[in-house]
Amino acid sequence: MYDEFKALGVVVLSLSTDSRFIHKMWQEYELSKMVKGGVPFPMLSDGGGKIGTVYGVYDEAAGVDIRGRFIIDPDFVIRAMEVLTPEVGRNPKELIRQIKAFQHVVATGEVTPSGWEPGQVTLKPGPALVGRVWEVWKP
Amino acid sequence: MPELKEGCVKPARGPILPAPPPLLAGATPPQEAPKMLARVGKEAIDFEATAFVEGVGFQPVKLSDYKGKWIVLCFYPGDFTFV
Repeated sequence: MYDEFKALGVVVLSLSTDSRFIHKMWQEYELSKMVKGGVPFPMLSDGGGKIGTVYGVYDEAAGVDIRGRFIIDPDFVIRAMEVLTPEVGRNPKELIRQIKAFQHVVATGEVTPSGWEPGQVTLKPGPALVGRVWEVWKP
Repeated sequence: MPELKEGCVKPARGPILPAPPPLLAGATPPQEAPKMLARVGKEAIDFEATAFVEGVGFQPVKLSDYKGKWIVLCFYPGDFTFV
């Protein structure tokens, strides 16, 4: 999975309110048994939830950052955010689909309709397309 | 890279926010707590945090060091938890 992020030129950073020491222990005791060689991306410490607060994911009552995921483009603009309560894990396939879609629209100026997957039809916004999406996009 | 000298406590800058506009004479500074500033379509809020990096050790990481690349930020509730 990480190879796919690498192939797309994506930098992954994880954050929790745990200290860097705990991150190291988690990597050694558990993650390295789930992922060969351990997770390869930097594991950041958001002590006090200060970063989580400005990103809108810090739960003051629990004192932790909840599950929030942000895609940032090369111009440093936030393109997407997804925030879940902690019980449900993320779907990395959907994350990769969104990254591919954003990379496609940045590269081409086209837009991607609902459920778009790489290789499927995209739309070229403009006066000629108004009222005619139905002609080119048939889900 | 040589590992940086490590102590028990290392301050990190956390969010790096633009300076607030200068206050008018006689105005009291705002007391409100920091709040969510992240918005899609707007510039990401820069920050610096201490980090553990496999094969490197401990190092500070600043978000804007990765400017020019696609970045995925993943917040999660805690190490050694279940999901």
